[in-house]
Amino acid sequence: MTDVAADENRQPAVFAISEAAVGDYVALMKPRVMSLVVFTALVGLMVAPGHLHPVLGFAALLCISIGAGAAGALNMWFDADVDAVMSRTARRPIPAGRVMPQEALAFGMTLAFGSVAVLGLVANWLAAALLAFTIFFYVAIYTMRLKRTTPQNIVIGGAAGAFPPMIGWAAASGTVGLESVLLFLIIFFWTPPHFWALSLWRAEDYARAGIPMLPVVAGYSETRRQILLYSMVLAPVGALPWLLGYSGPLYGATAILAGAAMVWLSIRIKILGDADEGDRAAKRLFGVSILYLFVLFTALLIDDRLGALGRGLL
Amino acid sequence: MDDKDNENGIVLTEEQKRRRRARSIAIALALGALVLLFYVVTIVKLGPGVLQRPL
Repeated sequence: MTDVAADENRQPAVFAISEAAVGDYVALMKPRVMSLVVFTALVGLMVAPGHLHPVLGFAALLCISIGAGAAGALNMWFDADVDAVMSRTARRPIPAGRVMPQEALAFGMTLAFGSVAVLGLVANWLAAALLAFTIFFYVAIYTMRLKRTTPQNIVIGGAAGAFPPMIGWAAASGTVGLESVLLFLIIFFWTPPHFWALSLWRAEDYARAGIPMLPVVAGYSETRRQILLYSMVLAPVGALPWLLGYSGPLYGATAILAGAAMVWLSIRIKILGDADEGDRAAKRLFGVSILYLFVLFTALLIDDRLGALGRGLL
Repeated sequence: MDDKDNENGIVLTEEQKRRRRARSIAIALALGALVLLFYVVTIVKLGPGVLQRPL
């Protein structure tokens, strides 16, 4: 009798039924970020010494991109609360209610472990360890800690985005050479001007979400100053592979011109200040910064292939 | 009505069924692609003589 009464009083269980479409899972992997990861990893893999069979190279690249996708999914799982209050991210699958947080967590963890394990088996365990560290750094260090606590979040967190060419290099050569460290440094110093340009016209969004981005904490003027400083460091760092003799004049000329463009746009942002044109200049810098990375890495790849052609290796 | 609901369990809407089917197909395709990838990678890494190695 008591049991029956207890049954009657029991609240109905809440069953959550997934509304997720396949595209929502693709969105969880941040495909636009993945495209940059795939491209930089491909260049790292192609310019590294040693030879990796094309099939193994493709599989390694697939693992690196899936690993990046895993990091993106885990980032969205943890950041669902702040994504929900930012206009740029409110339509992401979790805050929009199409994917449940536990689904994103399971999806991200499965991809993370799977991509690391397969990369280790397909290429080598150094590359797999670097991929595992990258995912850990992006999720546990950047997403869970730095992003919500310090305006240097994207400076330190930028390391996660800088690892892919090094992973590609390690997958092909089994080592981490100085040239791959240079590729790491280029992306590392590229990240602050890239993200802070975005944050200049998204600062209100970040403030509402309680994210201490530099313009929110230190103001717009200081952010413009820091963008310029990092661009001035980025320009010579971008030219280092040529200055140190790792790449040819095509890359050298591209790096100097592209670096000069980044510095020039950063100076414009600094001069224009709060004027409406300043916002437009910031958006232009954001767009050009994406182009900068693609152009630089493309030039590096072409230069390397031309060099190989000259040495009769192709 | 409640009794009938309990008997039927959770009833998915047509949209939920359609999306579940799409997810199932995507998982099947992903698994198929993985099988193919592992097969090709095995052949590349071990070579065509993989079955002729001493036990």
